[in-house]
Amino acid sequence: MNIHEYQAQNLLKEFNVPVPFGVLVTAGDDYQAILGALRFDKICVKAQIHAGGRGAGHFKNDLGHGGVKIASSKKEALGVIKSMIGNTLVTKQTGNGGKVVRKVYLVEPARFSREYYVAILVDRNLRRPILMLSTEGGVDIEAIADRSPEKLHRIIIEPSMGLTTSQIKELAGQIRLTVEQAQELSELLLQLYALFIAKDCSLIEINPLVLDRSGHFLAIDSKINFDDNALPRRPDIVKLRDVEEENPNEVEALQYNLNYIALGGNIACLVNGAGLAMATMDLIQYHGGQPANFLDIGGGANEEQITRAFKIILKNPNIRGIVVNIFGGIVKCDAVAQGIVNAAQATLLSLPMVVRFEGTNVGEGKEVLKKSGLRITFAEDLDGAASKIVNLCQ
Amino acid sequence: MSILVNKETRVVVCGITGKAGTFHSNQCLEFGTKIVAGVTPGKGGQMTGSNIPIFNSVRESVANEGVDTALIFVPPMLAAASIMECIGANLKLIVCITEGIPVLDMVRVSVALEHSNSRLVGPNCPGIISPGQRCKIGIMPAYIHRPGPIGIVSRSGTLTYEAVWQVTQRGSGQSTCIGIGGDQIIGMTHLDVIKMFNADPETEAILMVGEIGGNSEELAAAYIKQYVKKPVAAFIAGVSAPQGRRMGHAGAIVSGNQGSAKSKLTALRDAGVAIAEVPSKMAETLFAAYGK
Repeated sequence: MNIHEYQAQNLLKEFNVPVPFGVLVTAGDDYQAILGALRFDKICVKAQIHAGGRGAGHFKNDLGHGGVKIASSKKEALGVIKSMIGNTLVTKQTGNGGKVVRKVYLVEPARFSREYYVAILVDRNLRRPILMLSTEGGVDIEAIADRSPEKLHRIIIEPSMGLTTSQIKELAGQIRLTVEQAQELSELLLQLYALFIAKDCSLIEINPLVLDRSGHFLAIDSKINFDDNALPRRPDIVKLRDVEEENPNEVEALQYNLNYIALGGNIACLVNGAGLAMATMDLIQYHGGQPANFLDIGGGANEEQITRAFKIILKNPNIRGIVVNIFGGIVKCDAVAQGIVNAAQATLLSLPMVVRFEGTNVGEGKEVLKKSGLRITFAEDLDGAASKIVNLCQ
Repeated sequence: MSILVNKETRVVVCGITGKAGTFHSNQCLEFGTKIVAGVTPGKGGQMTGSNIPIFNSVRESVANEGVDTALIFVPPMLAAASIMECIGANLKLIVCITEGIPVLDMVRVSVALEHSNSRLVGPNCPGIISPGQRCKIGIMPAYIHRPGPIGIVSRSGTLTYEAVWQVTQRGSGQSTCIGIGGDQIIGMTHLDVIKMFNADPETEAILMVGEIGGNSEELAAAYIKQYVKKPVAAFIAGVSAPQGRRMGHAGAIVSGNQGSAKSKLTALRDAGVAIAEVPSKMAETLFAAYGK
């Protein structure tokens, strides 16, 4: 799960990591009153969307700048806020459609001398959390890793011991900090790791972490992602979810324990199992078609969930056909069939549909579909399912 | 011989009184698996509907029924504790079906595994089956399998069934099939399983099913190149999948160039592995390389 920058900054603050003063502005707020209460005139206005690359992005209704703009007066800031809110920001991570800006974050700009990049995440190969720190911050981290890997320091964290001060002191020496700065960095990183564990984060990234003019560390911008699997035990984090930032169909699917991801094509897919769902998409593409979605109905889907799943995929106006690929294990083919029939009748489905059933209750499943009178093409195997639906959609 | 499991394997089912636990224990029993105990804390001393004794702890099931393997159906927030309990009881093999275990829980489990003699299959997996040994420890539909010389290892559930079914439909069968699980942090990897298939005299050829993300397939490829003389075929799912839906920036850096379908296919080709370009040709590709 993703959250906004202002929420990430608030979490850092909660864990005593120094962050610049900031105020959130939402559409409909009294912009002038909020600006009037600020004790500084130079204001950094930052668009809040769930995507990176905001500074280098551009607005659809062009403003001549990206999603991060430093205004030199409150008057200028007011203009920037008004033009950003409601406007669509396009960055390299949003896709061409961009994202509508609904909130902006007003931050006091900091003057600083050095920039760093810091991240904590789980390394799946080492099976442990690692801390990464680069002495080149404020820029694209992939670029740093490519251009100057020697500047990227790594600390492997032993879960039973946690991040240790000796590990941090060693790192501080390598990046030539003073004794006081090393002490401050140590406290900051220990807090960061405490946050990582306490909230089940999958990623904490501070970019840049700076040394300000008075020689103290300050987290200028941050990004925090959470482990979806851990959300049931983190109700405080679930409250931070901004559903407006997410695809509404994906949000609805989640409510029914369905794993749905919207894609750009026109062939809707309904499959059980993530691997088989990916393989089905691959095969559609191989035959010259384009999948409209990834949909894994999961290991134990029942008739009700299948009906919901069907209604969700049908909400996409671009789809021209549907392929159902079920290899029944726990999922029973007849339950899937009944779910399809229910949804097809409720939505007056007229699109071509190819169904491939194998596994548990395959005969019963086919029988349900045959009796329903729906216009269905049966496929005997995986390849047949993909090639038939691609042909029908051409 | 099969790998990891056989006719003598004695299994305890953790979470045996839950819906999935009950249903699949019965399915495994029907196949011939020696399910000899169940664990549900608080229900020790009772019997299941299929006359399996229930214990309060894994340790008790070991002491009373000589259990050496566990099958776990415990809900996600409690599953890591259940795996830890099995490690503590020194079980040889732990198969965890549960989907949705928090990543940081699995970090702690991994460390415990490193200091133990236990092996973990999963989590978020279909389990392990050896048709010739009548031993099924998992949720896979039994009828698609047949005893035979092919070892199958896969990260996915239903895509494993697909691979199995293709092999069976060509009149062949499987020595052992293992779904190692689709999570970020899992127990046994492709490499661990392939080493065992390589050493198993009854496994004559290996079918490996992978998917995008991580570097499990690349590590297996490096080993195959150096040590495996048996024919190996592979399919990698996710060529058409969108990038970065679960991983942020920093994740992409840690894995560097590794993780993409292209990197995996290149490594496997370089190791002399026959590549199935499409998932419908997994068995066809294997048998072409196998020459049978």
